[in-house]
Amino acid sequence: MAVIDLANPTRFLNLVNRVLPWLTAATVLLFAFGLARAMNAPDDYQQGATVKIMFLHVPAAWLGMMGWGVMSAAALGTLVWRHPLADVAGKAAAPIGAAFTFICLVTGSLWGRPTWGTYWVWDARLTSMLVLFLLYLGVMALYWTAEDPGRGSRAAAILSLVGAVNLPIIKFSVDWWNTLHQPASVFRMGGSTIDPSILTPLLIMAVAFTLLFFTLHLAAMRNEILRRRVRSMRLMQAQELAEAGA
Amino acid sequence: MNALLALIKRDMRLAMRVGGGAMMGALFFLIVVVMMPFALGPDLNLLARIGPAILWLGALLASLLALDRLFATDHEDGSLDVLMMGPLPLEVAVAAKAIAHWLTTGLPLIVISPVLGLMLNVELRAMGVVALTLLAGTPALTFIGLVGAALSVALRRGGLLLAVLVLPLTIPVLIFGVAAANAAIVGPAPFGPPFTILCALSLASLVLGPVAAAAALRHGLE
Repeated sequence: MAVIDLANPTRFLNLVNRVLPWLTAATVLLFAFGLARAMNAPDDYQQGATVKIMFLHVPAAWLGMMGWGVMSAAALGTLVWRHPLADVAGKAAAPIGAAFTFICLVTGSLWGRPTWGTYWVWDARLTSMLVLFLLYLGVMALYWTAEDPGRGSRAAAILSLVGAVNLPIIKFSVDWWNTLHQPASVFRMGGSTIDPSILTPLLIMAVAFTLLFFTLHLAAMRNEILRRRVRSMRLMQAQELAEAGA
Repeated sequence: MNALLALIKRDMRLAMRVGGGAMMGALFFLIVVVMMPFALGPDLNLLARIGPAILWLGALLASLLALDRLFATDHEDGSLDVLMMGPLPLEVAVAAKAIAHWLTTGLPLIVISPVLGLMLNVELRAMGVVALTLLAGTPALTFIGLVGAALSVALRRGGLLLAVLVLPLTIPVLIFGVAAANAAIVGPAPFGPPFTILCALSLASLVLGPVAAAAALRHGLE
């Protein structure tokens, strides 16, 4: 099935209804497996059991950033190809990405309390995640403000792309502003500094979170399509009433 | 080029006349800076230390103030449609409007910033540096704000939304602006790197801002 066929919402809804149960089941299974592995992972010699927060914190951070990537891809679809599904995909991705970013911030703050002695420090990574969260809220505010869904999604698409250009700059400037956090330790030159006994569950959790993202995203897209149908039905009904009255 | 200059001249004239917002930004800047000592206390040493940051924050907020008028009035009286259909590429027209906006609201901020610095006990030598960083950085604020203004006029509800959209994007400008000012005043970090990055941010937003704003207008007002 080509992407263009999916522009027909009914076809897309059929596909979603077929795929979603399997995706949900896979997500649940992988989460069960990943969480079990994470709980059995050895404690850190310095941080003790609090290091377990990492298994939620790090994947949430990755997915929070990926959410913006999905939104930018959808934005290209909206602006370049005018694909109606891209509108829906972008709108559905924003709150999910914001939620993952929020989870990352909350778990980070809970992790910071025992390790750094405070819930919040203005260090570079926390701060850039916070800015990402604010940008998500801005995009969501833009969707709320728009009366017409099409116009709102085009505006939000432009904002997503502007954000995609700006996010690396913000990240760089915040890093420059404050370099207190530990440097990147999973992906870096010369291999990972994390022991495999912790890295494997972390990667399983990352895959589980990714599946969760797409499960939620597909469900949210379905809801958005249905919401738009309800909206146009209401408009038609109102028009009929107005014509009957006139 | 003539059309560009004519558009800049027209916008500046509109901003200067009755009902224009040219001096409003500078006035707001003055008030914000005057409010700061009431909140922080009249300790001159403290004010001298955070003076550059106060000036930068004040300038950032003041440059937001008049942004929602950038396209809104033109949209109301229809001249925005004329600009969109005219022979001048929309990107250039939008850039001209931003330049005029900067000349009428950004430049007054820079001009009065030394006087305000005096009230915050910023050293005389440092005042020039703060003004220089504002001169290098405020164009970036205007051109980033341009995108927000275009988006909010396309949705017909500007105001609050504009600030929510624009402020997070201006964080790098604020960081490097304050860093450059502080580097020149307190040290020990060199002044050069943050200042050149600040210039780079302004130049990059000068190029990208009009493109994004023109796209927002085209997609929003069709």
